Amino acid sequence: MEPLTSKKKVLEQKPLSFAERMYLPAIFKGMAITISHFFKKEATIRYPEVQREFSTNFRGMHSLKRDEEGKERCTACGLCALSCPAEAITMIAAERKPEEIDLYREEKYASVYEINMLRCIFCGLCEEACPKEAIYLDGPIVPSDYLRKDFIYGKDKLVEQPLNKK
Amino acid sequence: MDIAFVIEKFVLVAIIFGISLVIAMYSTYAERKVAAFLQDRLGPDRAGPFGILQPLADGVKMFMKEEIVPSNASKWLFMVGPGLAMLTACIGTAVIPWGSPIAIGDRIIPLQVADINVGLLYIFGVVSLGVYGVMIGGWASNNKYSLLSAIRAASQNISYEIAMGLSIIALLLVTGTMSLKEIVDGQHGWRWNVLYQPLGFLLFMICSFAETNRAPFDLPECETELIGGYHTEYSSMKLGFYLFAEYINMFVSAAVMATLYFGGYNYPGMDWVLANTGPVIGPLIGTGVFFIKIFAFIFFFMWVRWTIPRFRYDQLMHLGWKVLIPLAIANIVVTGVVIAVIEGF
Repeated sequence: MEPLTSKKKVLEQKPLSFAERMYLPAIFKGMAITISHFFKKEATIRYPEVQREFSTNFRGMHSLKRDEEGKERCTACGLCALSCPAEAITMIAAERKPEEIDLYREEKYASVYEINMLRCIFCGLCEEACPKEAIYLDGPIVPSDYLRKDFIYGKDKLVEQPLNKK
Repeated sequence: MDIAFVIEKFVLVAIIFGISLVIAMYSTYAERKVAAFLQDRLGPDRAGPFGILQPLADGVKMFMKEEIVPSNASKWLFMVGPGLAMLTACIGTAVIPWGSPIAIGDRIIPLQVADINVGLLYIFGVVSLGVYGVMIGGWASNNKYSLLSAIRAASQNISYEIAMGLSIIALLLVTGTMSLKEIVDGQHGWRWNVLYQPLGFLLFMICSFAETNRAPFDLPECETELIGGYHTEYSSMKLGFYLFAEYINMFVSAAVMATLYFGGYNYPGMDWVLANTGPVIGPLIGTGVFFIKIFAFIFFFMWVRWTIPRFRYDQLMHLGWKVLIPLAIANIVVTGVVIAVIEGF
């Protein structure tokens, strides 16, 4: 058969020398290596108490942002839903009533805003598409759950806490 | 035999039994911790501070588990196996001198249950009995893996007992006695036997690893080939007994090695300490030193376990018969010649 590589090195098995057949030097060498690890810092992170820090460009759970006066920024333009490659976002737009002026920044707002976390691939395209800087993937890891319906997150889970409630 | 003697021995037996059980319990914890540290991990740290309640949690778990006896097992032997393993592991502690005698008033209490003049042979006999627990358990399970493991354990023990016995003969040439008490007293201060018998100690230690079924000689329970080995079919506290017996064996063989080769409760400067601390505290310090040596050996056992891979079966037999036995015989000859020359025939 034609050789698959141009490597020509022939490995030959030499019989063990007397020192190697003694085993003990090799064993002591191995034990020196293991004992050196005894004093090294352990790599374990005690998870529930200590959490590993995310990298700065980590994308976690979405949050819908409020502006400086605590009004919701989202204007229900639908660009996020359009940009979403996984089609995870659905929304229903509504018109702002005069008494709701403290709640929503624009005249139009999303009365229903749902993200299906099982569909979402956390690519961050919604974040990039948003003209109002209303959605960011700056939350923690989405927790697990038992039922599929519980993974559809509505505004109750997505919208940031109002300013005065912090 | 006066009643005080009986009480004294009974208390001593109870204390030694309790200590060896506690040490075996915490050896399981120490094993996991040592393994973890050697592998840059943390080990058990959830039960209690630093996980020190882990052995209790494990014990409770063992007791709570369902007890399963395979339908084709030999019921009686299946039950005897773990008990025998535990018994043979525990009785080895009887002849080990734990410290120099304590004097309370005019009464002198030796810290040794029985100072028999063939103590060394007794230890040797008890250690070889240990294989019966494994063999009976493996055979009674009616499982081919268990049986294979039992056969391996038996042949391994037979092979390594010879080298062990031969290395002890060289030690006898040096000490001239079989009583463990006298062997220890002969190693006063710094005159430890390991300085006179380094090769003998090495052989004895390797054989102890094999006799206690510890890595790298843990073929009877190698998980990759034989599932759990001889305790594959065991569950609940019967399994616990087997695992426990292994750790007690380790404790006993660590104690024997410390006694025979590392001076037992002797340490440099012990005369000064004994003279200045009184008849009770002084011997107890010696006992403490003895336990430090034992713990060092137990740590060594674990350290080796997490360093060296397991021997293949033919390598095991090759090492036992073709390397250790000739070396042990050569050791006897050299020791005998040297002693003859020194003593001028």
